[in-house]
Amino acid sequence: MKKIEIITRTFKLDEVKTALSGIGVKGMTVSEVKGFGRQGGHKEVYRGAEYQVDFVPKIKIDVVVEDDFAAQVVEAARSAAQTGQVGDGKIFVSPVDEVIRIRTGETGDEAV
Amino acid sequence: MSLIDNAFILICSALVMFMTPGLALFYGGLVRSKNVLATIMQSFIMLGLVSILWAVCGYSLSFGTDIGGLIGGLDFAFLEGVGMTADGSPADNLPHLTFMIFQCMFAVITPALISGAFAERMKFAGFMVFSALWLILVYAPMCHWVWGGGWMGEMGALDFAGGAVVHMSSGAAALCCALLIGKRKGHGSTAFIPHNLPMTILGAGILWFGWFGFNAGSALSADGFAANAFVTTHMAAAAAALSWIVAEWFHGGKATTLGAASGAVAGLVAITPAAGFVTPMWAIVIGLGAGVICFGGIMLKNKLGYDDALDVVGIHGLGGTYGALATGVFATIGAEGLIAGNANQLWIQFVSVVATWAFCFAMTFVIFKVVDKTIGLKASEADEDKGMDIAEHSETGYQW
Repeated sequence: MKKIEIITRTFKLDEVKTALSGIGVKGMTVSEVKGFGRQGGHKEVYRGAEYQVDFVPKIKIDVVVEDDFAAQVVEAARSAAQTGQVGDGKIFVSPVDEVIRIRTGETGDEAV
Repeated sequence: MSLIDNAFILICSALVMFMTPGLALFYGGLVRSKNVLATIMQSFIMLGLVSILWAVCGYSLSFGTDIGGLIGGLDFAFLEGVGMTADGSPADNLPHLTFMIFQCMFAVITPALISGAFAERMKFAGFMVFSALWLILVYAPMCHWVWGGGWMGEMGALDFAGGAVVHMSSGAAALCCALLIGKRKGHGSTAFIPHNLPMTILGAGILWFGWFGFNAGSALSADGFAANAFVTTHMAAAAAALSWIVAEWFHGGKATTLGAASGAVAGLVAITPAAGFVTPMWAIVIGLGAGVICFGGIMLKNKLGYDDALDVVGIHGLGGTYGALATGVFATIGAEGLIAGNANQLWIQFVSVVATWAFCFAMTFVIFKVVDKTIGLKASEADEDKGMDIAEHSETGYQW
C-alpha cells in the first residue's frame, strides 16, 4: 500500500477531491497546513507596521491506496491541482506497512 | 426636573456602558490569540471595579463640594444624598442618581482605555490595584477639575464630553505605562499580527454606536444641543475613517479595514471635546484632520520604538490633544474659538492640554512605580510565552 500526500493550493481542494473520487478513491483526509517553498510568503501591513509572512496556507490531502493504483491517483491529483504557476505544491508517495480498519479489524488491502 | 431629559440620559448611560465591552472586542481582536481573554478582561472587569469605587468615593471626589478647585469632598461618599430627585444634582433637570450613573460609565471606560498600552504582558493582580489607584488619584481629580467645579473648568477650558478627562488622561497614562513596563518579548523581531480583525471591526462599530450616548448625552438634556453633538460626532467619525485610509494609501500601502476602524475611533476621540461647541461642517474638518494626525502619530511610534501595543497614545492621547486644540479653534456654539475671533480660547485650551499631560503622566508614573515595587506588574517571560490567558486566568479563548 502507498500513502499519497498532496500539498497544494487551498482553492484546489474541490477539484482534486472530484478527480480522485472520479477514478474510484473511496476516502481521504484533509488538513489545513502552512508552509513555504519556492513561492515564498507575502507582506502584511497592520497600522503601517509591515510583517513578512513566510508561511502560506495550503491544504494537505492524505490518501492511502493499493500499490498498483498509486500511479493513477498521483496523475489524477497532479493534473487537477496544476495551474502552472509557482506555488502549486508537491505530492509525496511513501510505502505503508499496515492498515487496520478499527470497526472490523480487517487489515491490508481489505482495509484501505 | 425633566422626565424627558431623565429618559434620554438613562438611555445614554446604557449606550456609554456598552462602549466598554465594545472596547474589549476592539482590543481583543488586535492581540495574539493566546492573550485574547486577558485583554478583554482588562476592559470588561472595569465595569465591576470602577462601578463599585465610583459609588464608594469616586463620584464624591469628582462632584462633591469643591475643595480649593482641586478635588471634591466626601459629602456624596457611599452615594449619601444622591437620590431620586434633583436635590444636590449638578444637573438640576436630572435626578441626582441619573447624573451619577451617567458619569459612572465615563469613569468605567477610561482606565480600560489605558490597558491597550500594556496589553499582552501585565499581571492581573497588579493591573487591578493600578487601575483602582489610577481612578481615585488621576481620574477623579481630572473629572473634578473639568466638570466638578475645579480650576480647569473655572479657567474656561472647553471639554464637552471628555477630551481631557477621558482621552488625554488615558493617553498620557498609556505613554507612561508603555515606557515603564517595557516591550513585549520579541518586539521588533516577532510579528505581532492581530488574531481576529473582524472582532476589532465589530468593537469599533459598538464604540461608534455607544459614542452617541457619550457625546449627545453630554448635553445633559434632550434638546437641540444634543442633536448637534450627535451629528458632529457622526460626521467626525465618518470623515476620519476616510482620511485615515487615504493617508495609508499615500503612505504607499493599501486601504485597510483596521485603518478604517482606527480612523473612525480617532475621529470620535477628536470630536469628543468639541461635539457641542462646533457645527457639523467644522466637525468634518476636525475629523479629516484626526485621521491623518493619528495615523502619523502611529507611524512616529513605529520609528521611536516604544511598545504602545494597541496605540492608545497615537489614537487617544494625540487625538484628544488635537481635539482639545481644535475646540479652541472651531468653537462657535455656546463658546467662541479662534474662528469666532477669540484667540484667548485657544490659549486656555493649550494650558489645559499641558496641565492634563503633565499631571496624568506624573501621577501615573508614581502609581506605576508603587504598584510595581509592591505587587509587581510585568509578567515573566515564561508567562508571556505561555500567553496571559493561561498564565493569569487558567483558560483559553478558543478550543482548537
